[in-house]
Amino acid sequence: MTTTTAPQASSAARLSDAELAAVRADFPLLGRELRGGRPLVYLDSGATSQKPDPVLDAEQDFYLQRNAAVHRGAHQLAEEATEAFEDARAAVAAFVGADPDEIVWTSGATTALNLVTHALLGATLDAARGRGRAESRRFALAEGDEIVVTEAEHHANLVPWQELAARTGATLRWLEVDDEGRIRVDQVGDVVTERTKVLAFTHASNVTGAITPVAPLVARAREVGALTVLDACQSVPHLPVDLRALGVDLAAFSGHKMLGPTGVGALYGRRDVLADLPPFLTGGSMVEVVTMETTTFAPPPQRFEAGTQPVAQAVAMGAAARYLSELGMDAVAAHEREVAAELLRIQEVPGVRVIGPTEAVERLAVVSFVVDGVHAHDVGQYLDDTGIAVRVGHHCAQPLHRRFGVAATARASASVYTTLDEVRALREALGGVRAFFGA
Amino acid sequence: MTGPSALEQLYQQVILDQARASHGRGLAALDVPTEAAAHDHAHHTGESHQVNPTCGDEVTLGVVLDAGTIADLRWDSQGCSISQASLSVLTELVTGKPVDEAEQLGETFRALMASRGQGIDDTAADTLGDASAFVGVSKFPARIKCALLGWAALRDALARATTTPLKEDA
Repeated sequence: MTTTTAPQASSAARLSDAELAAVRADFPLLGRELRGGRPLVYLDSGATSQKPDPVLDAEQDFYLQRNAAVHRGAHQLAEEATEAFEDARAAVAAFVGADPDEIVWTSGATTALNLVTHALLGATLDAARGRGRAESRRFALAEGDEIVVTEAEHHANLVPWQELAARTGATLRWLEVDDEGRIRVDQVGDVVTERTKVLAFTHASNVTGAITPVAPLVARAREVGALTVLDACQSVPHLPVDLRALGVDLAAFSGHKMLGPTGVGALYGRRDVLADLPPFLTGGSMVEVVTMETTTFAPPPQRFEAGTQPVAQAVAMGAAARYLSELGMDAVAAHEREVAAELLRIQEVPGVRVIGPTEAVERLAVVSFVVDGVHAHDVGQYLDDTGIAVRVGHHCAQPLHRRFGVAATARASASVYTTLDEVRALREALGGVRAFFGA
Repeated sequence: MTGPSALEQLYQQVILDQARASHGRGLAALDVPTEAAAHDHAHHTGESHQVNPTCGDEVTLGVVLDAGTIADLRWDSQGCSISQASLSVLTELVTGKPVDEAEQLGETFRALMASRGQGIDDTAADTLGDASAFVGVSKFPARIKCALLGWAALRDALARATTTPLKEDA
């Protein structure tokens, strides 16, 4: 088992200055200089997080010491590689309150969500031809059925559902957001009905930072027998998340946003849901018995892991889960709440308007904003010149931007390693933007 | 306040001024020929809508050609100062010019954008007028497409105008 050496933080309390300094020392990239010798102020963790040494070491150590094909071969390396791979699955499962067999490796969250929509499409096609498992029929979609999403979704949790609806004849409906960008939970009784087969929603918006109250949505979905699918990409790296306690049927999250590597993510599925779901990708590693005519499929999670998996990356994602667990997600969340409150003080800068909740309540340290008279790209370019990295654009959420009447925003987003001084540097720099552009 | 120098290289004063001036903004004011004038087949109009999918910036640009010359050019757009300034500059640069000359200017501008901050030879650069100020943009790969948005719309609008008869002609 890979060991991690994350600085210990007392649970529930925020990180002390010394603890935060120790955390930052684990992230080699944070120490680099930019053009002109400027120190880096990385406020784009919502797009992708930086990686600590234990994660980098885990990936390299796998290649240096254990690299072999997993779940096959009788040699010692294969045995050790398989053990590292499955240990990582157990670590990620524990991190989100699941059992290891409820975690499916994917190449990322987008793939995880597409796995779900394509499995449902497969169930629909199977049902039409009277093939497949009888238990899978409950996932079949038809005209008259409805899929419900929200206006707050990242394109990755919207476009796959649009496509699934169009291909099956189901109707796509959605919950709107209010003026703070919060999902209109009050609409759930009207929008989620007996016709609803799927309710897919984000746990926390990658634009507004608003945290979704999951309980009332899950409760309504259960009343009508709809499958619930949670986009947990933004929540899992920043909040204590217990997927089983949340009661969702399926959830997707990615490695690279939670201090892990790119190219790996996970789909959580409650055991009984995964058991009945037909496969998406087929091929090696996901089968039991193959003849020239037909194939029987392996039980989950292997049923959904056709082909060679991103093994070294999965091992490193496991290390990331352990790193965060050792810090304590309560402490991480408490630290980031402080950062969020400080971030929101950019509203004190004349001309700066936040898109999303304006107070640090039930929101992440993800703050999108516009500057009066200056386009987001120009804001981002100005900030880059001071060494501050923010995201600009629509953040893969065009409908949400349209809802607020803006084409693009700048977004500052934090992680466990973000300091209050970095956020103050952002606020100070923003003070010069309008003058520079003559706005 | 004075911005840092690298930033000033990108946002030269002429670019900031042109972004504010917005020459050509207002597609509704496009001087579309009357039906009678269009029927002499010397007039053609073309319109193009282009988007920058990474940032959502967009432009709709219309041209009116009179005997092979750009008689009028107008646009609606929302985008960053680089894209808006580029539209303003190209409007001033190509209005009244023959189509082939406008297309050549587009090629020259694209060469400038591909120059990675090195610029192009002075003779070619001189033909670009204020558009040569965008040389600083070519050092910032993420912003080149901003500067090219309007020029892409112009190329497409010209292609449509020269190959498609007016609706009234059909």
